[in-house]
Amino acid sequence: MFQAMSETFARRELLYILAWREIKVRYKQSVMGLLWAVLMPLVIVCSGLIVRYGFAQVSGTPLALTDFTSVAVKAAPWAFFVAALRFGTNSLVANTTLVTKIYLPRLAFPVAAVVAQLLDFLVAAALIAVVLGFARTGLSVHMLWLPFLIGVLIVMATAFAIIFSAASLFLRDVKYLVELFLTFAIFFTPVFYDSALFGRWASLLLINPVSPLLEAISTTVIQHRGPALGWVGYSVVFTGLLSVGALALFAKLEPLFAESV
Amino acid sequence: MSDFVLDVQNVSKKFRRGEMYDSLRDLVPGIARRLLRRRPAPDLNRREFWALRDVSFCLRRGEAFGIVGGNGAGKSTMLKLLTGIMRPTAGRLRVVGRLSALIEVSAGFHPDLTGRENIYLNGAILGMTREEIRRRFDDIVAFSGLEEFLDTPVKRYSSGMFARLGFSVAAHVDPDVLLVDEVLSVGDHLFQQKCIDRMNAVIHSGATVVFVSHNLQALSTLCPRSLLLERGRVQMIGPTGEVIRTYLRRGQQERAVDGDRTIGLTNVITHDASRPRNQFESGDKLYITVEAQARARHEDMSVVIQIVDDNQYPLFDTCTQRLGAPPITLEPGQTLRCTFVLDLSLAQGSFHVNAFLHRYVTNKPFDSWRAAATFFVSGAEEVRGVVTLHPQLVTCDVQSGVAVPPEVRPAP
Repeated sequence: MFQAMSETFARRELLYILAWREIKVRYKQSVMGLLWAVLMPLVIVCSGLIVRYGFAQVSGTPLALTDFTSVAVKAAPWAFFVAALRFGTNSLVANTTLVTKIYLPRLAFPVAAVVAQLLDFLVAAALIAVVLGFARTGLSVHMLWLPFLIGVLIVMATAFAIIFSAASLFLRDVKYLVELFLTFAIFFTPVFYDSALFGRWASLLLINPVSPLLEAISTTVIQHRGPALGWVGYSVVFTGLLSVGALALFAKLEPLFAESV
Repeated sequence: MSDFVLDVQNVSKKFRRGEMYDSLRDLVPGIARRLLRRRPAPDLNRREFWALRDVSFCLRRGEAFGIVGGNGAGKSTMLKLLTGIMRPTAGRLRVVGRLSALIEVSAGFHPDLTGRENIYLNGAILGMTREEIRRRFDDIVAFSGLEEFLDTPVKRYSSGMFARLGFSVAAHVDPDVLLVDEVLSVGDHLFQQKCIDRMNAVIHSGATVVFVSHNLQALSTLCPRSLLLERGRVQMIGPTGEVIRTYLRRGQQERAVDGDRTIGLTNVITHDASRPRNQFESGDKLYITVEAQARARHEDMSVVIQIVDDNQYPLFDTCTQRLGAPPITLEPGQTLRCTFVLDLSLAQGSFHVNAFLHRYVTNKPFDSWRAAATFFVSGAEEVRGVVTLHPQLVTCDVQSGVAVPPEVRPAP
């Protein structure tokens, strides 16, 4: 396990170049090019806004500006998480020729797939920062949590990507399961709404380890309060265990890759 | 022990025939079948086979080593184990230093990226750092001869261009151990020559080379020592000439007069005055002995031998009849044995012997055996081509003031 990690680290240039390939190929022969990176989270934010508007109409409460900014601030990380898992899961199956014909640290594939999604995320985040500026959201010391929260989210996405990419080499079902899971996950993740909306059932929603992170991003950036430490702690522990499990699983399965594709 | 760069100890690799469980649809009945049976399904073991069994060899730094064997002998599996793509089922395998493989050299290419981008991508995949690639970029491009197409996506390349670019990148990785698998068939013969020169340069730079090829000529010139694999087992390790001879004889021994045939050629060997040989110097005497056996009476026969090149293009033939022998008659159980001796006026290369048993007058063949024996010719450094016409230089003077006759003067 540590050998696989150190080998991947030693060949980190490979990781960069795989991520670069992913990005380059994604926007080749497309008219919009990098604009897609902006458009995707924009669509999520807009649909979130419509949902939020619907909520406001039904419940009779007026739509506040913070509702809009909170959806925006959660939509971008969520879009990143979904894309990272989707591309991460396919990263090994899509590269079977490389996996079976050339030796290279295979851990680089799922990791590079996640890294490649970071560019889109950065573009979207920059856009949102501008929007927040216009909305006069303001700054606070609690925003220092942001890099940490996003870091945990990235690690969690990577760990999932590592597990699913290896598993889908053996069982193609995994790909469809992940798609199914990602399609419905938006209902069980507080992106368009806050978990507080569910009153005493809120903790049920927060069991989803992504939820506390998104909520915390919204509380620290929009409401300028500290995050719910207990739940964030839960996400961090979950991510830690998941990462160790993912690396152990990957190290166990990797010798079988070339024969089992 | 420490001066071995590549150490393979009792390596075995087991594969399974047929499909594995690939989805839930297959998995559920599979598990059900297993649960219903007490013992593990007996067909499981029947489906497994050894692709490699107890293979051991060690290579020193700077050694060039060949692996010879027929299809399915385990050569590619051996290389996959050496690169680390697969792990052995049993045994130990150690490589010291950076290993690079000229196998599937274009596998890392992405069709949508340009040649330039793919050089960086493939270089990184093959283990070069960005700095290294930048340093060698011009060499790689020059080697490939694709300067004009660098900014074209490789999906628009012809398959030859594709393979050439792949080889060019792979050839510029500076490895400690280089694995080569049948990549010399890439490109035209000028490019192939470049590849062989490049491999020679790698060998001379002190790297260890493992070379797998059906091009026995290239193998015998590049590698002093070779391994013969057969059905996953080591048949012999030794000087390449002997290994090739054993390999070629193995393919040819299995010829016997059986079934409905009542007469046939049973053995064709090349040798010198005293013992079997398949490596000759240009200008040597080449002896070819042909044997035939009869199970019924046959008369009015002659034996024809033909020397052909690798593409079965006939270079020379002769027969007992033309050499003045009377028609041959064989009684049941008799064996015919005739030996020819030829002046080997061939240039370097590999050549094959075709043998025929013809009817003396009508040329109706009783039996024909193509590529019955193979031999290699070296030497004759001063000539290129298929044959040597024994050139000698008579004059080579520089003269001044000699008027060129008007009729041979080139048109302006």
